[in-house]
Amino acid sequence: MQKALKKYFALFALPGLICFAIAFFIPMIMGIVLSFCEFTDVTNATWVGLENYKYVFLNGEFTTALWFTVKFTVVSVISINLIAFILALLLTKEVPGTNVYRTIFFMPNLIGGIVLGWIWQLILNGFLLQYEATLVSDPRYGFWGLVILMNWQNVGYMMIIYIAGIINIPKELNEAAQIDGANRKDTLFNITIPSIMPSITICSFLTLTNGFKLFDQNLALTNGGPGKTTEMLALNIFNTFYGRVGFEGVGQAKAVVFTIIVAVIALTQLHFTKRKEVEA
Amino acid sequence: MKKSLVLLTTLLALSTSLFAQGAEEQKDEVYFLNFKPEVAEVYSEKIAPAFEEETGIKLKVVTAASGTYAQTLKSEMAKSNPPSIFQTNGPVGLAADKDNAMDLSSTEFYSILGDKSMALQIDGYPAAVPYAVEGYGIIYNEEIMEKYFNLLSKKTSVKSMEEINNFATLKAVVEDMQANKANLGIKGVFASTSMSPGNDWRWQTHLVNMPLWAEFKEMDGYNSVLEAGLAASTTPFKYGDNFKALFDLYLNNSTVAKTLIGGKSVDDSMAEFALGQCAMVQNGNWGAGQILGVPGNKVSPESIKFIPLYMGLDGEESQGLCVGTENYLCINNSVSDTDKANADKFLTWLFSSATGKKFVQEDLGFITPFNTFSESEMPSDPLAKDVIKWMNKDGVSSVSWAFNAMPSQEFKNNFGADLLQYAQGSMSWNTVVNNYVNNWASEYKLANK
Repeated sequence: MQKALKKYFALFALPGLICFAIAFFIPMIMGIVLSFCEFTDVTNATWVGLENYKYVFLNGEFTTALWFTVKFTVVSVISINLIAFILALLLTKEVPGTNVYRTIFFMPNLIGGIVLGWIWQLILNGFLLQYEATLVSDPRYGFWGLVILMNWQNVGYMMIIYIAGIINIPKELNEAAQIDGANRKDTLFNITIPSIMPSITICSFLTLTNGFKLFDQNLALTNGGPGKTTEMLALNIFNTFYGRVGFEGVGQAKAVVFTIIVAVIALTQLHFTKRKEVEA
Repeated sequence: MKKSLVLLTTLLALSTSLFAQGAEEQKDEVYFLNFKPEVAEVYSEKIAPAFEEETGIKLKVVTAASGTYAQTLKSEMAKSNPPSIFQTNGPVGLAADKDNAMDLSSTEFYSILGDKSMALQIDGYPAAVPYAVEGYGIIYNEEIMEKYFNLLSKKTSVKSMEEINNFATLKAVVEDMQANKANLGIKGVFASTSMSPGNDWRWQTHLVNMPLWAEFKEMDGYNSVLEAGLAASTTPFKYGDNFKALFDLYLNNSTVAKTLIGGKSVDDSMAEFALGQCAMVQNGNWGAGQILGVPGNKVSPESIKFIPLYMGLDGEESQGLCVGTENYLCINNSVSDTDKANADKFLTWLFSSATGKKFVQEDLGFITPFNTFSESEMPSDPLAKDVIKWMNKDGVSSVSWAFNAMPSQEFKNNFGADLLQYAQGSMSWNTVVNNYVNNWASEYKLANK
């Protein structure tokens, strides 16, 4: 049996490997190669070396978008996780109706980003109307509009993950702490938070990468306006690639830089939060 | 080992058959890569069957999704069965496809073009023929204007639209109308200056055409305004103040506060006009359907008409509407001679046979530049009719589309974004002008490197 398995391993792995190669590995290699080329479609690429990368970093557009994205991500990661965690704490108390509330908070997550963007654009523009302003009057409006929208959409999902974590904390731990005379604050910081570190890891990972990769909400809410002041990385890449003739290579180079940034940040974050995880 | 080899070969054989589909036998066929998504169904459902019935030649129409024509054309051209007929939007677009556009001088399609100078040239031969002419200006609602002319409280002496033939008169009338808006039953004279994302083309392309045209017209040594514009590596935005004058007039005498225009779309503006909330809106003849198709529309087809974009340029009394085209057809040089002949046959059929012309007039709604159309065969919508009237008006000459010379879409987008910030009060006009000048120069360099 062992021998047969070894013999046929390559054969059985083949369909999977082919799919992986066609759908992921080859396009990725092609994408990296194309970022060093000038092209309009994959058939007519010509090598230009580092020209595209030079443009990415010398033209301020990309760095502006990067800075805006970083600010947005920091604010939204903190606010989403904080609100989600507080909601999770409230909804794990033994009070009637928690299931209904959990469902309600989770529901916004089921609506697509473009639709949400349009809905919130209407709501926020309607609110700003009384001050004779719109979302694109000032970049700050767009920024906070995006933060509100992201919170509204993501808090429910993260809350569910935190709830799962909190429910899984063994009852004995809390009881023992109570007997030892721990107050609520002590229990929260010494029992609950350390026990749900895996949830915190996954939630901060998700919110961090979601924040960096945000595209449809950005497109629908402000489309980068006014000017390009609220344009985030993904939208900037899209607009470069599809919006400007002859800039496909630059867009591709931006995408490669973007991938590297997201990968580095996510891996560093995983490394640090994982170290804090404890066994109950 | 043998077994696994057999398995592997079957697997591969299966997968090749999966990918091998799509090779078809060749037929007499015209492949037309269509640019206008709004009339895609007319081509596939009405024109293609009629053409096949009358000539026995199949018509294959592929329509590129809005905004992706250039990409689609490039990838289709790279295929083994490229389109025979494709579209180009002007000299800048044609320059990119010049190897693919064949010499049309001996084709019948070129011979039916009324004004031969309208065709685009490459190395002295005609390579692209325009097929639809469009015009734009300020659309006004005659009923509301009549109401104003008969108003007791009006302060100007203007009694008819004919008297409004320069910026000073227009400004006086508009400002007086705005003061009397309650009496006229309107919210403002002009529809909202729509500036939401993707809705600023009426200003960053169409309105700015006037100063561009005036500037390039003065340059010596070129055959046309467009040619002068294409050669301009820099521009001082010489008539920027004129642009600002009319733009300010729009902003200050509108249905909404100018800080709110960032949330308005072209559809909103057209709806305001259709519902009688405003008296004027800047747009082109393509907007007729938008006005008359709005539910609850209060404007009768007879009362929508044009006046030109007056902004205080010299000699503007004889200035007409902005008339031009962004729609040219080319025949692909790399297809077989039969395919070329068939493509010519199709285009000639569409624009000269009785059946074809009926489709053009009723379904496509084009104002065509071909000599095969008589006056009674022109489109029936009120704005198209008014464009034709202005084109033939004595003592008035149309303004050509100089914006075709703009270096890139990026230039337009940046200018539009600046205009929005100017309107909202967060950017000075001087900065707008400086950005305009700098962007033109840098985008020109990128486009001509």
